[in-house]
Amino acid sequence: MTSLSFRTDLTAPAGSRRRTFVKGRLRLGVLQVLVMTLFLTLFGRLWYLQVFSGADYQAKAADQSVRDIVVQPARGLIVDDMGRPLVANRTSWDVTVDRTLLHKLDTREQAQLLHRIARATGGSYAEIRARLLLCGEAGSKSGLCWNGSPYQPVPVAKDIPQPTALTIMEQNEDFPSVIVDSQNVRAYPAPYGINAAHLLGYLSPITSDELDAAEARNDESVHGASVVGRAGLEKEYDKYLRGFPGYKQVAVDSMGRVLGDSGEVQGRVGDTLVTTIDSRVQAVVERQLAETIKTARATYDPVTHKNYVADQGAVVVMDAHNGDVVAMASAPTYDPNVWVGGITSKELARLYSAQAGTPLLARAFQGQFAPGSTWKPIMTTGAFGDGYGPSSRLDCSGGLQVGNRLFKNYESASYGYIDFAKALQISCDTFFYRVGLSYWQKYGSDESNVNAKDPLVKIAQAFGFGQRTGIDLPGEATGRIADRKWKLAYYKSMKDYYCKVGKQDGSDFLHRFAREFCVEGYQYRAGDSVNYAIGQGDTIVTPLQLARAYAALSNGGTLYEPRVARAIVSPEGKLLREIKPKVQGTVPATKATLDYVDTALQGTPKTGTIAWRFGGFPLDKVKVRAKTGSAEVYGKQSTSWVASYTKDYVVVMMVTQAGTGSGTSGPAVRKIYEALYGIHGTDVRPSTSAIPGVTPPEKLPVFAEDGSILPPMAATAPSSRRSSGRGRRARTRTGGDA
Amino acid sequence: MSLLNPTRPRPHRPASTQSSLARVPQLDWLLLVSTFALLALGSVLVWSATAERTDLTGGDPQAFLRRHLVNIAIGVVLAVMVAATDHRWVRILAPLVYAGSLVGLLLVLVMGSTINGSRSWIVVGGMSIQPSEFAKLSVVIGMALVVAERTENSWRQREVRHVDVLGMLGVAAIPAALILLQPDLGTVLVLVATVFGVIAVSGAPRRWLVALAAGGVGVAALAVAGGVLKPYQIDRFMAFTNPALDPRGAGYNTEQARIAIGNGGIFGQGLFHGSQTRSGFVPEQQTDFIFTVAGEELGLVGAGIVIALLAVIVWRALTISARSEDLFGRLAAAGVACWFGFQAFQNIGMCLGIMPVTGVPLPLVSYGGSSMFATLMAIGLLQNIHLRSQRRVGLGFARSRLDRSRF
Repeated sequence: MTSLSFRTDLTAPAGSRRRTFVKGRLRLGVLQVLVMTLFLTLFGRLWYLQVFSGADYQAKAADQSVRDIVVQPARGLIVDDMGRPLVANRTSWDVTVDRTLLHKLDTREQAQLLHRIARATGGSYAEIRARLLLCGEAGSKSGLCWNGSPYQPVPVAKDIPQPTALTIMEQNEDFPSVIVDSQNVRAYPAPYGINAAHLLGYLSPITSDELDAAEARNDESVHGASVVGRAGLEKEYDKYLRGFPGYKQVAVDSMGRVLGDSGEVQGRVGDTLVTTIDSRVQAVVERQLAETIKTARATYDPVTHKNYVADQGAVVVMDAHNGDVVAMASAPTYDPNVWVGGITSKELARLYSAQAGTPLLARAFQGQFAPGSTWKPIMTTGAFGDGYGPSSRLDCSGGLQVGNRLFKNYESASYGYIDFAKALQISCDTFFYRVGLSYWQKYGSDESNVNAKDPLVKIAQAFGFGQRTGIDLPGEATGRIADRKWKLAYYKSMKDYYCKVGKQDGSDFLHRFAREFCVEGYQYRAGDSVNYAIGQGDTIVTPLQLARAYAALSNGGTLYEPRVARAIVSPEGKLLREIKPKVQGTVPATKATLDYVDTALQGTPKTGTIAWRFGGFPLDKVKVRAKTGSAEVYGKQSTSWVASYTKDYVVVMMVTQAGTGSGTSGPAVRKIYEALYGIHGTDVRPSTSAIPGVTPPEKLPVFAEDGSILPPMAATAPSSRRSSGRGRRARTRTGGDA
Repeated sequence: MSLLNPTRPRPHRPASTQSSLARVPQLDWLLLVSTFALLALGSVLVWSATAERTDLTGGDPQAFLRRHLVNIAIGVVLAVMVAATDHRWVRILAPLVYAGSLVGLLLVLVMGSTINGSRSWIVVGGMSIQPSEFAKLSVVIGMALVVAERTENSWRQREVRHVDVLGMLGVAAIPAALILLQPDLGTVLVLVATVFGVIAVSGAPRRWLVALAAGGVGVAALAVAGGVLKPYQIDRFMAFTNPALDPRGAGYNTEQARIAIGNGGIFGQGLFHGSQTRSGFVPEQQTDFIFTVAGEELGLVGAGIVIALLAVIVWRALTISARSEDLFGRLAAAGVACWFGFQAFQNIGMCLGIMPVTGVPLPLVSYGGSSMFATLMAIGLLQNIHLRSQRRVGLGFARSRLDRSRF
């Protein structure tokens, strides 16, 4: 179909008209060739698209018209020692509006619809309207406007009650362009009303960096819409809890609306995490901490002439045999539900704000405080390893002159020459000053000798201070032993600053301190060693470190890595992994030394500093060893400490700016022991103890075939527990230490 | 070649010798078959493009098909009327058609409704009319008429002179300017190509063609350089080279059109089975992007047939033009050929990503009443011209001479 027949006979009757005609015919021919060339071009291009690069475009077509929809299975449960769920899942219902469909309605219908949604969900019309505006659109409000793709349905009401969601779905003819979405979110059943926010942790959406990292190591357990653990157990055991996502292939249209299914890859529900936490103990501990803080804030402090601030607090209850954390509470705390379904920026700001006391910080293992007198049993153990012994007697005077400074005893009381046991019970400061001073004089009077021997520093290191305990919770603080090396390092880092301050005019404390520091700040002086011996100065510990050290005192010197998780169990109930207690070290102390300290500390609740809080307590049946502490903090009220243990449990409690150890924390510690052992007045009724059988269960909860989780068998038949082969737990039923 | 009539008249031969060969004139059946084949294909494609689009059809899968068939029916009636009209009446009515479309274009500017950014439609009694579609037809007829009237009426003036070219340009310029105001760049481009083709075929001096080509390039350069076009308009125009220039608009369309066509492969996904078409990824698929439905569902074979059928129609139009004895017929048929050829190239080229995204329909295939009526009337006009050149075979040279000196 190519050509025309052209008239080529130019011999035709001459004339311009003829020429014009011929010219036109020639041009028609050119035109024909031109048009056909264009059409051939089209065909060539068509071939190029469909045949030559057809595979590419077919892949692209499949890519956009078939979508892999992630079917995220439920995250694993976190249960306590009795199988009570601490973290579970629930369905959250969200109302979303498809903007594209909405804008097909006329203005009046749109307004009607939005009013109807507002009425159904209990929201406000104005807010829903604002949520439907794209950020950057005229009239959009930041914080409310939609930041996502304009083609995605916009959520206008989150986490609405299920009946409301069902109503909207049933009446979908009244709700055009409205889609009700459901998603799995975390739920906190809170057995016995526990909070445990710092233990459990929280989730938040995966970041693009994390996603890239997961892709790089071929980790397919996360995807763009994943939420991952950010703190606590949720973070530490994230890879077990998160399960494995399933995928569903669906055909979608250009708006992303699903047209039909085409195959599914099943996902796997996350594994269940069994913890060492006991909800009943945790509940008691949390309540006692809260009440102690409340009481302290209502109590007048005669030293600072105002009520106690009681701004932070922590309690750790540990199984002394193996370092299992039975309960752990920190104050201030927060409601873990604020993270569910996305936290608001206001809530997030509050969690981080210093004004609200940074509730996100878990004081129990992330807070660091001067240990005060609870340090003394550790020092005693150290002193017994180097020269001192049960027969050693030192003067418990009202004060001790060290260099040009007088170090006073608490309230300047004087008791004469006493032994270590008495010094511990009455918490004599001058006694321990003398111990510290003696070592300083013996080994380290050269103030600039960094490597000078110090048995008291050595014993603190052996008890695990100044290093992470290795608990299976992220973000643990190390604490600090203020020894010679630390002092030199600190001097080096701060020298420039203080020397500069020192050069300025001024004779106030800061300037005088700065000048002195600039010249001799590196020197570890007698005063430093004196302060160190009573847990004052720059030494800081976490309550968890102290609990672990006291557990070593209780169990004969074994230092465990504390653990919160006991086992990982598959959704079908199969035990996947048992997390065994891990020994980190052994304290270099003889049994005689530990026994001596143990006996001495038994005296504290009987006749010592905390005896007035243990009146009527059956100490003969439940032998509580205790040490109180009132750590002084420059410019603040003192920190109240009680560190205590039996042969089963360690209980450490701390409240900052709250006065003395016994005065503020004593009653709470007593109540915790009463709950642990089932003590009613002077009666011990083990059947009423918080944990059946008094001590934490030997066995894991029972995972029944129907999916329910029951308490461990051992708990219902305690007699079988003793024969359970794990010798490290051989102990009497009452937990007493006869 | 074989299709050409071997007994085509040779004007220099005495006409009277052939008078005995008079016979009943026949329609150009190849043109007819191609036209109906395209109409049938178009109907199926429109149906397929809209069957699943409940948001457009309101739940009735055949809604668009039915309206499309009604449009075709009306268009065929119009085509028959045009084909059957005596050529003298065509010439008498031509100025009226031209004037009518000018009025339409003015009305659009005054009271038109804006769709997709240009004011191209007038809504009359629930029907949207797009006068620019009729303007193409009227420009073709108008230009042919101006030259034919001047050259055929005057024995002294047989050469197409500058005045004639200016006349033709004038006839085209007024509707083109009105369309540019809408603005409907695609239609203007089609008009420019058509005008250029008609002027070329009219036998105008070569200088004019060079000047017009140079002028066109100059105007385009000025529009870009002089800031008449806003940057986003240039981006949108150039998006076919790089979809990222206008990712939400023309670039998106280009990319989606390419994906849909590329998804077709050699034999296509099968009618009503194109995943991209079914899911509505390509915008305006029943009108401007109808070719992508052919591409995806009928593949290289089906889409190739669409191109071939259009090529046949353009070829027949050029053949009719070449055979036409009178200047009006020749220019009108050539104009229709240029119009169809360029518009088809522009539309399919846009779908294939080698031409800018400008909203012109695919002749005889796209959904849309105005375009369907105008293109079918043009087909009718081609048949009319064809019939006339056959009649002249029978009626002889004298009749032709008579024609020229009529009035």
